[in-house]
Amino acid sequence: MSMENRITELQQEAEAAIAAASSTAALEDVRVRFLGRKAELPNLLRGVSELPVEQRGAVGKAANQARRALEAQLEERAGELAVAELTARLEQDRVDITLPADPLPAVGRLHLITQTWRQIEDIFIALGYRVAEGPEVESVYYNFDALNHEPTHPARAWTDTFYLADDVLLRTHTSPMQVRSMELQEPPIFIIVPGRVYRRDSDVTHTPQFHQVEGLAVDENITLADLKGTLQTFARAMFGDDREIRLRPHFFPFTEPSVEVDVSCFNCSAGLTATGERCGICKGTGWLEILGSGMVDPNVLGHVAGNGYDPERVQGFAFGMGIERIAMLKYGVTDLRLLYDNDVRFLEQFA
Amino acid sequence: MRVPLEWLHEYCRPDMDAQTLAQRLALTGTEVERIEHHGVAALENFVVGHVLDRHKHPDADRLNVCMVDIGGSTPAQIVCGAPNVAAGQTVGVARPGAVMPDGTKLKRAKLRGVESQGMILSERELQISDEHNGIMVLAQDHVPGTPLHEVVQISTDVLVLEVTPNRPDCLGIYGVAREVAASTGAQLQPPPWEQDPGSFGPLDGLELTIEAEHELCPRFTARILDNVRIGESPLWMKARLMAAGQRPISNVVDVTNYVMLLTGQPMHAFDYQRVAGRRLNVRNARDGEHVRTLDEQDRKLDQQMLVIEDADGPTSIAGVMGGARSEVNDTTTTLISEAATWNGPNIQRTSLRLALRSEASGRYEKGLQPEQALWAQALATRLFMDVCGATVRPGTIDLGGAGPEAVTIRLRDSRIERLLGMAIPRERTRRHLQAIGFNVEDAADGLDVTVPDFRRADITREADLIEEVARLDGVDNLPATLPTSRNTERGLTARQQQFRRASDALAAQGLHEMIGWSFTSPDLGARLHLLDGGPLLTLANPMSSEHSQLRTRLLGSLLDVAQRNRARGVGRIALFESGRVYLHKQARNVSAENLPQEPHRIGAILAGPVRRATWREQAPQTADFFTAKGVLGALFSTLGIDWELGERMGRFLHPGRSAEVMVDGRQIGWVGEIHPAVAAEWDFEDTVAGFEIELSALPLPGVPTFTDVGSYPEVHEDLAVLLPERVTARELIEVLMRSGRPLLVGAEVFDVYRDPVRLGPDRKSVAVRLDYRANDRTLTDEEVVRQRQFIVNALAQELEATIRAGQ
Repeated sequence: MSMENRITELQQEAEAAIAAASSTAALEDVRVRFLGRKAELPNLLRGVSELPVEQRGAVGKAANQARRALEAQLEERAGELAVAELTARLEQDRVDITLPADPLPAVGRLHLITQTWRQIEDIFIALGYRVAEGPEVESVYYNFDALNHEPTHPARAWTDTFYLADDVLLRTHTSPMQVRSMELQEPPIFIIVPGRVYRRDSDVTHTPQFHQVEGLAVDENITLADLKGTLQTFARAMFGDDREIRLRPHFFPFTEPSVEVDVSCFNCSAGLTATGERCGICKGTGWLEILGSGMVDPNVLGHVAGNGYDPERVQGFAFGMGIERIAMLKYGVTDLRLLYDNDVRFLEQFA
Repeated sequence: MRVPLEWLHEYCRPDMDAQTLAQRLALTGTEVERIEHHGVAALENFVVGHVLDRHKHPDADRLNVCMVDIGGSTPAQIVCGAPNVAAGQTVGVARPGAVMPDGTKLKRAKLRGVESQGMILSERELQISDEHNGIMVLAQDHVPGTPLHEVVQISTDVLVLEVTPNRPDCLGIYGVAREVAASTGAQLQPPPWEQDPGSFGPLDGLELTIEAEHELCPRFTARILDNVRIGESPLWMKARLMAAGQRPISNVVDVTNYVMLLTGQPMHAFDYQRVAGRRLNVRNARDGEHVRTLDEQDRKLDQQMLVIEDADGPTSIAGVMGGARSEVNDTTTTLISEAATWNGPNIQRTSLRLALRSEASGRYEKGLQPEQALWAQALATRLFMDVCGATVRPGTIDLGGAGPEAVTIRLRDSRIERLLGMAIPRERTRRHLQAIGFNVEDAADGLDVTVPDFRRADITREADLIEEVARLDGVDNLPATLPTSRNTERGLTARQQQFRRASDALAAQGLHEMIGWSFTSPDLGARLHLLDGGPLLTLANPMSSEHSQLRTRLLGSLLDVAQRNRARGVGRIALFESGRVYLHKQARNVSAENLPQEPHRIGAILAGPVRRATWREQAPQTADFFTAKGVLGALFSTLGIDWELGERMGRFLHPGRSAEVMVDGRQIGWVGEIHPAVAAEWDFEDTVAGFEIELSALPLPGVPTFTDVGSYPEVHEDLAVLLPERVTARELIEVLMRSGRPLLVGAEVFDVYRDPVRLGPDRKSVAVRLDYRANDRTLTDEEVVRQRQFIVNALAQELEATIRAGQ
């Protein structure tokens, strides 16, 4: 048999083997058998130089072509087998994707009071206010006297207010910071004061400790209309762009005029829900009371007249709102005490 | 304050229903707490009847069968149980279909076999009084079939007002009527005290003196009425009193209550015969003095309280309650009609001290004006005459007289506009003020306004007048503007931002924020096994002993909430609080000049599995010292603050698994496992770990400056260091980092291995991962080998450490 025939024979044999190889490992065996160091075809190539000159060209060329062809086929077959094997392996790796996922690192929540507190702060910061804080253990002077409370005002009673000494109490509102702040800063002043306050009250709608945000804006020409605009801006930022506010005249010792502020109910239209039922949030009135406010009483400014707060020259407004109340209204919490129970199943509800 | 609309309408009748009126009032400053209905729900089927015939029920001794003419063609047969029913009476009848005050609908019924076509009514059934011993008998002249409400008041809406403390003038129906008139524009009728049948001048038969200071008793007035016939009040008066919340008692007492409800001025009627010595004196009580009040209670007084005494001693506690001894009774024929003005704060004090509140004291403590006393005398005189058949003796005793001269205040147009942000035409201002009884004169730049006596206490300044104008003009009509601000505030301070980031950092670590009580229990220190809990601030009037002190640490709050959640089946506890504690060096000497410190702290508590168990990880690690340390590390890392651990501390902590937390060489808190015996106090049997640090003591981070880390790769290698047991990981890392300079940029322990047999006793093998890097070149193996040799030498010299073979 001629060399060329043998080469052809080997090539055919190898091609059949390549086609028959059913795995990457079997294919590697084929490669070694036909193209490995000890295989016949490479040996033929290596022996070309020993052939007669007239045969060298033809045999060398045929052997080279056969080798290249086999190499190409091996590569192609290897690719096919790799794909098939990967496919098979992936099929093996199939899992029940409906099993529970790995938990991410647990997500912690800020308390609903903190979330509401920050929302209120951020709204007023955007309106140009500074956040001030003051002592919770406060003097009777800042809590009552400087705020124009009569010596017999019922809120001063030991039945209503926690005392630590005759002239020291737990502040009953964040308002003592009005005079404290004005003592430290000449007008204009624009501050809000969030913080804990205390009253001797405990039932479904009262806890002895709760949180308020005080607001105070004093300058030369701040008006009651400015109070309305400011609180309307707040109400819309807090409860939605469609909210309206309503001022109702009221009485507070440290503002004159005094107004209570209602925001239109976000849950209904004029007291009726979308399904035509009486709204449970505003009790069918269409309005929710959210805070008390008014123009700072001249007597209050009188306590800091020496620091630029001459009541004939400067004026301004103050307001105070309960953080719990805002939170309960906004998030539909029905029992105030849940906020202090700290049940994690409650805490984790508020993203 | 209860205002029956039927009564109000006698003085002002706006053309609107109760709801609309309530809204109107709310928007002009009078809060209506709620609207109630008094009496029958609907007027239909209540008619006047005439009892034609009455005979005994055949099968029931106590029942009568009556034939009653109720205006129809045939009389109605009605079974009636009242003993006083009799032929010839004119009565009130409810026909079948009538809706009673309690909402029940009357049906035709058979009573012991006899049909009853309705019911003959008692006063109680109509809510006119409590009387239920017999049926209500009407005057003879009413025609059968007449709707009952045309004869007697059986139905009215009642406004329940919340009167603000500055408006004692609204503690009477007429005062409310004035407000209603101003608020709605409806006509106000003249006051009911305008016609005074009494006279002034000396009064015979009574001597009256005031020993108390004028300030405590600014006015005391008295009249005498003779020929009084004690009896029941007329139906109209009873119906009004009941609707206003006052039970009818007898005509004399009812008149005093009626006058108080209408004028706001409390009154008292003494039985003249029982006033010993025919003289009354007002004086301070003696300490420990006793008086027996109308409610048959013995009251012990002190010398700041005022009494009214006769020749035999105290008969009344002034302004609060009359005494039993001179009480009007069935035999009274002559009475002293008393109306006085007392000092509000003093009455408030007495009422609080005696725990005795009455309709009278509730009004007096708001501060009534002396003029009101004579309103009451005038009205009472007329009613005693009309209702009790009395005659009035000439003369009035009047000690103290009217109040101070009325003041006139200038109200500048410009000031109104400047305060409200909206101009109000002067004419409108004038109209508003006149509507509420103010006298108004024109002035150059506004109005001169004279304040009526009944508003004297409340209105003293221009700002007060502006409030009146604003509320009646409708503050709700104001434009909504924003301040034209000169303000230069700049948002949250660095400290405030730091506090926020601290909470955010802990939430990011999976901890829920809780909010605890500032109050704590006196036994907290003992439960924490502290020898001395430090000075605690104690409330003088706590609501409960568990909440009688102010907390000095957050840990108690954290443990309380952790315990409650665990009791509810929460396995994984991961909570934090950011809040204040209250510290005072001399807690007993707290005063306005010496207020406590209120540092702001953040604390966390961790117990149970650090992650939820899953099908892939059935037993996650449980929280321990290193969990707490890790969370604390994340907190400091977020805040950009370097920190370290110091000595172990705190009797409430595990002695071998806790440490103080140091920042800038200062101790600012602790981290560790809670002592198992302390944890057990809160029912924890497993490990509880946590930390508490003083946020307000932390430095404010500066701005981090940029370091070029270059783009050259790091070389990592692991080193197993054989160390004496006493050497801590921190000491090892310190030596590594110092000796590894400049190429070593990081070193971290990743394994600790002990084996007394192979490593020897008191030795441990600590594996560290070393990171080498240069910012300007790729490191060569030779460089790293050279640097490592420095490190190995230093470990041997400083820590008696060797490198374990095989590494």
